[in-house]
Amino acid sequence: MIDLKKLGKDAVEWIELRTGLIRQAEEMADHPTPSSSASWWYVFGSGAMVLLTLQLVTGVLLAMVYSPSASNAWASLQFINHNLPLGWFLRALHGWGSDFMIAIVLIHMVQVFLFGAYKFPRELTWVVGVVLLLLTLAMAFTGQVLRFDTDAYWGIGIGASINSSIPLIGKPLVRLMLGGPIIGGGTLSRFFALHVFVIPGTLLAMVGLHLLMVLRLGINEWPMPGRIVRRSNYQKDYATLTRKTGVPFAPNAAWKDVVFASAMILSVMACAFFFGPFGPSGTPDPTIIQTVPHPDFFFLWIYAVLAFLPPELEIPAILAAPVLIILPLVLLPFYAGQGQKHWSKRPVAILVVTLIAVTLGTFTHLGLHSPWSPVMDAWSAAPIPAKAVENRTPLERRGAMVFQEKQCRNCHAVGGIGGRRGPDLDAIATRMTEDQMVRQVLQGGGNMPAYGKALNPSETLALTRYLRTLRGNNLMPAANPTEGVQPINGTHSSGQ
Amino acid sequence: MSEHNLQNQSPSTPSDPLWEGTPKEVAEAAPAETTRRGFLFKLALGLNGLVGAVLAAPIVGFLVGPATKKDEEINSWVKLGTLADFPVGKTRFAQYVNPVVSPSDGETAKIACWVRRVTEDSFQVFAVNCAHLGCPVRWFEQSRLFLCPCHGGAYYEDGSRASGPPIRGLFEYKYRTLNGAVEILAGQLPTFATEACNRTPSRPASSEDNPLRVLQNSDVNDGRDA
Repeated sequence: MIDLKKLGKDAVEWIELRTGLIRQAEEMADHPTPSSSASWWYVFGSGAMVLLTLQLVTGVLLAMVYSPSASNAWASLQFINHNLPLGWFLRALHGWGSDFMIAIVLIHMVQVFLFGAYKFPRELTWVVGVVLLLLTLAMAFTGQVLRFDTDAYWGIGIGASINSSIPLIGKPLVRLMLGGPIIGGGTLSRFFALHVFVIPGTLLAMVGLHLLMVLRLGINEWPMPGRIVRRSNYQKDYATLTRKTGVPFAPNAAWKDVVFASAMILSVMACAFFFGPFGPSGTPDPTIIQTVPHPDFFFLWIYAVLAFLPPELEIPAILAAPVLIILPLVLLPFYAGQGQKHWSKRPVAILVVTLIAVTLGTFTHLGLHSPWSPVMDAWSAAPIPAKAVENRTPLERRGAMVFQEKQCRNCHAVGGIGGRRGPDLDAIATRMTEDQMVRQVLQGGGNMPAYGKALNPSETLALTRYLRTLRGNNLMPAANPTEGVQPINGTHSSGQ
Repeated sequence: MSEHNLQNQSPSTPSDPLWEGTPKEVAEAAPAETTRRGFLFKLALGLNGLVGAVLAAPIVGFLVGPATKKDEEINSWVKLGTLADFPVGKTRFAQYVNPVVSPSDGETAKIACWVRRVTEDSFQVFAVNCAHLGCPVRWFEQSRLFLCPCHGGAYYEDGSRASGPPIRGLFEYKYRTLNGAVEILAGQLPTFATEACNRTPSRPASSEDNPLRVLQNSDVNDGRDA
């Protein structure tokens, strides 16, 4: 009878003698963690790693079928979605996994920031973490390009336009990015190389470095108000804390990571199952221009910011933004490498996180609704509500038709339907007199084009007569205070 | 790996079973002054660097190849259609196959543009790409405007900026008419970098183009003097 247990033990020892890895792995698993750090707040880093693994597995599987050629990519995505058993589910897992990964990486970053974990001696761990965030976002952007559909095509165009505004090197930079003079086969294949080889390789190496530093420096202790980090005594204090309260990472802390990982993977699977894969939308045919390109969720805020920047500020902002956003993140641990770790003693840190979260949230929300975009088909697809044409004279009704035909609705809503680029016009006559309307329509201004060339005098008259009837809930019309006022004719006094 | 190097590793893992019983102390490293071995190693490193540089030239050359092409190598005249395809006073959607293509381009090699025939023999050919961030602008005949779906850039029929985030008018192709055909000089994605020199006026100054001629003091003077 063979002793299986002994055989297994022998095999492990055989491998250990030659690699030394098993013992290292054991040491890693056993490394002492301050018991306060075995917390549910500390699961996000490992969560991001688990998601990275999911992305690697699903990515490799998709790469077995995906065709990184501009002529076939879209068709191969359709093939994966509709012809391969479970192909749709794999694509959905990869897509939702990507969204979850960015979210978890961001949460991890906020947690590390609020817990002061970036302070001495973990400054470089933070900097590598910033690089990991950028690489994760780079994976998301290149991945969005590989979903080679209409949005991807015009998305690359937006990227190229942004790069092209950089002085001097704009043109070579655009060609380098596109791999040629236009968005085409060379563009997709180089984004494929980036998404599949270059960025993941760098990402894995950086994750290794990040982890190595976590193991070497120990997991950040739970911050306590008033406990000050100083270069001179931090390591001694940490060693004392770990000696007194230390628990082995596995299982005391690791079980929470494992439970969180399972919950997260189940959530990704649920999203993938119930919501399905992302696209592809229309084919990447540049001659199909009936499209409203939109970036993926985590880039919507940039899309929104670009809509709100004043034109003259746009190029300076594009040039300065990467520096202004990335540099403070990198410099943070060097600026605030010592001192208080606990959030209750760092009000500025809390304010900064709140401000950034509210800003990004607001811009993302605006990006989802993009009120600055004209509704391109409102003039033909959204009729004027009956209530807004009732009891109008023939001339006014003719004006309503002008209003519709001249695409005014693309930017102006009536009855809540239509574009929101310009103001709603339900009560325009309470804000503007007819003369002001004529001037605004013909000359434009305040972000409205001039319609002087597109309207003849009778159309203009009909239009403004119609607009004059839009008085909301029968409110008072706007009036020129001097209109219709009879001057009082003074007479020469014949008195003394 | 030489035995010397292997032994150098051992102190870092002193309790590793593989190194049990091996001498922990390693002979003192050679003194700093140049030895034959040290010199040869440096020489080898130098040689390696040289080979590396020679190898880097084609690798970097391949990588930046697309960026170094000159405009003249890319742009060429492309036929859009015959004169009859473009009625005077109208703006028409046209498409062509890019003159520079790669085998895997597929339908991305097709490029669209807007052709405006201003008079019998003058044209304007606009890129479909908005001068803001390159989204495809659409022509609205009724309001005589180009509108961009992305951020709401708007342009007048002559391509000049009407409103929204663009800082300039639409990108314009150079065109010519040859043997009854309309041709444009095309080949690359119209962006700020490739088209910045071809700036279109933000609004025509001539009075015949502008329906709302702004009265100038000089106009008034002219009238009085006449």
